[in-house]
Amino acid sequence: MSAPTLAASGESAGQRPGQPRRPRRIRANTSREGFARALRRNLSAHGFLLGALLCFAFFSWYPMVREFVLAFQKTEGGHTTWAGWSNLSYVFHDPAFWQAWRNTLLFTGLALVLGFALPFLVAVTLNEFRHGQGYLRMLVYLPVMLPPVASVLLFKYFYDPGYGLFNRLLGLVGLPEQQWLQSTDTAMVSVVIAATWMNMGGATLIYLAALQGIPGELYEAAELDGAGLLRKIWHVTIPQTRLILSLMLLMQIIATMQVFTEPFLLTGGAGPEGSTTTVVYLIYQYAFNFNNYGSAAALGLVLLVLLAGFSAAYVRLSRGSED
Amino acid sequence: MRSSWFRSARSPRHTAATLVSALALTALAACGTSSSADNDGAGGGSSDPSAPLDPQTKVTLTIDCMPPAAKKAELKEWKADVAAFNKKYPNITIDGKSTPGQCEEPARFTAALKAKSQPDVFYTYFTDLQQVLDNGGAADITAYVTDKTVPALGDIDPNVLGVLKQDGKLYGLPTSNYRMGLLINRKLFTQAGLDPNNPPTTWEGVRSAAKAIAALGNGVAGYGDYSAANTGGWHYTAAMYGLGGDIVSADGTKAAFNTALGKQIVSNLHAMRWDDNSMGKTQLLKWGDLQKQMATDKLGMFLAAPDDITYMVQQLGANYADFGMGPIPGGKATLFGGNDYMIKKGSSPDKIKAAIAWLNFKTLTPGKGQFEYARSKTDGLPVGLPQPAFFTGASKTQDDALKAASATMPVENFKAFMDNPVPGKAEPPKAQEIYKVLDNVMSGVLTSESADAGKLLSTAETQVNQVLANG
Repeated sequence: MSAPTLAASGESAGQRPGQPRRPRRIRANTSREGFARALRRNLSAHGFLLGALLCFAFFSWYPMVREFVLAFQKTEGGHTTWAGWSNLSYVFHDPAFWQAWRNTLLFTGLALVLGFALPFLVAVTLNEFRHGQGYLRMLVYLPVMLPPVASVLLFKYFYDPGYGLFNRLLGLVGLPEQQWLQSTDTAMVSVVIAATWMNMGGATLIYLAALQGIPGELYEAAELDGAGLLRKIWHVTIPQTRLILSLMLLMQIIATMQVFTEPFLLTGGAGPEGSTTTVVYLIYQYAFNFNNYGSAAALGLVLLVLLAGFSAAYVRLSRGSED
Repeated sequence: MRSSWFRSARSPRHTAATLVSALALTALAACGTSSSADNDGAGGGSSDPSAPLDPQTKVTLTIDCMPPAAKKAELKEWKADVAAFNKKYPNITIDGKSTPGQCEEPARFTAALKAKSQPDVFYTYFTDLQQVLDNGGAADITAYVTDKTVPALGDIDPNVLGVLKQDGKLYGLPTSNYRMGLLINRKLFTQAGLDPNNPPTTWEGVRSAAKAIAALGNGVAGYGDYSAANTGGWHYTAAMYGLGGDIVSADGTKAAFNTALGKQIVSNLHAMRWDDNSMGKTQLLKWGDLQKQMATDKLGMFLAAPDDITYMVQQLGANYADFGMGPIPGGKATLFGGNDYMIKKGSSPDKIKAAIAWLNFKTLTPGKGQFEYARSKTDGLPVGLPQPAFFTGASKTQDDALKAASATMPVENFKAFMDNPVPGKAEPPKAQEIYKVLDNVMSGVLTSESADAGKLLSTAETQVNQVLANG
């Protein structure tokens, strides 16, 4: 007859023979009470969290799941059926599909050149001011506080080739009138300029906060080494704000790939010969003008997959900043 | 355990948490619920479609396109009509839903269809039938619509009823219809030395008149056209129909606009925009933009439906006397359209009967509802526009006489339009998708002086063929 195993005898590995067995029920109760105590202690937090979780579940996560399902469904004659890949096929065979991607990437590229570099330069400049910085910060941030539609309509007036402000200004200095939004060559650049003006305030403040976190000793050391303004920016400012710059770059790519409001209001969406048709505008057309929710969801899914790649990179960089 | 839980739950912190959670749940529940309880059929009517509605039937109907509070006169008339209707049907509750802006805005409408949250009786455009049926949104009312339930049925233009039918089944009843024509600013015509009683009927005439009007200067354009938000393609189609051309082949499988007629339209627009400079510099216009220009006497002509005048007068403060209409240039055919009401699929027979009784009273009986012109005149509403125009026969005669007796605008301004009726033609299949492509033709020619008509049309033809072949 073999000796009973510890497990079989109900004794734990650390228990000596003959020692009274610790009642499991007590430990279980202690653990449950501890959990209940923790739950009670954090009940308010859980309560508040629950609201947010439900909101996210209903308004963010559920629509994403629904979009995925819709991308593979078709509704005809009042019946919704599985459509396989046909919605994606429709999207890829739409004559505007590649043009929309080209335009979106062009917008993103131009927005990075203007909307990424300009706020950084403005922040660096503002950071050099010893007086009136708060006032200047407010001025830079002011356009962000304007309703986007009001800002866009303001630019629509500025760009008007007939009575717009920009052509009048060009006329004052003897330069020829431009077509701005009404030319395939300048429509997208004009949209980017308006979008940059509307949105650069937020990015500028973030850069400014990052710049103000750079220890002054680094600049003093650089000055002692004989560095001028540009070398200080290159060797101190940019390395010290590298992480913020990287994060802002990714966030801007994610945001600009979803551009819709500015071209929709400035050029009616498509622009001259479709030169401002963006991917999200195409999604809008599918859903609300063609009543083709399946294809709208399919194109949304394509965009989601692409942006998920950027988001993954963003999360990785965010973790890097925590470390 | 229970008591400690109870004690802790009663602390202010936990009460707040509970309240917040409850509020969040309530808000979410409210967001997810859009339909009210259905209490139709309480009076117990007959399920036989051909049987008349029992006047005592108890039904509540939700109906959209009730005039908003800002339209005081229209709302007053709506309420008066409900009261008059309730004299005969005291148990039918008309629950009107007013909507901001236009009665139907595509984004809102398609979302409502998808969510099946449209009212029991809902407003649509003629062109919406396919998408409504695709979404299972409308009831088949064929058996319910007879000359007993709609006495003027035999006098409704069969072409108009035809666009509300599919496979021989009727899904809607019209409230208005239009044929596109050439809308003119009579004031500018007179100032330019043109005869406002004889608007141009050819594109050569339009070009010549546009040049004369633009010569007035002060930022006035002679002719305007759309080129954004799919409305450019819509107008290109109207112009093409006017010249006797078509957008797609008869079998609907190929583009049919890259022809001499198609090039003629593009070339004429190019000449007006760039050679004559008679179309103004501001382009990429969409519905609403040209109306603003014309209402402020900055535009001489554009292709439009008669109710654009109502929009300019009621929303933009213009005067009826300043506008007139002629037939669409070319006069071979014209794009027609309109709006109607459909009844939500799944409605009970009593609800369908009640809806038809209301629609008959409000929108399909000469002298009643929308056709009570004497009342409209008293209320300061416009009378005399050549729209709606879906009656024929005795109903048309009666309607014309009533309209003439209470006209509030110089109806002779529309004589050229009325005396030269142009056959109506429906939109092409996949209309919005095709219009999106044709927008590029319009924006191309109106924004680029070096635009090549042949190249623009050839590209558009390839793309439309792709659209038609793309499931």
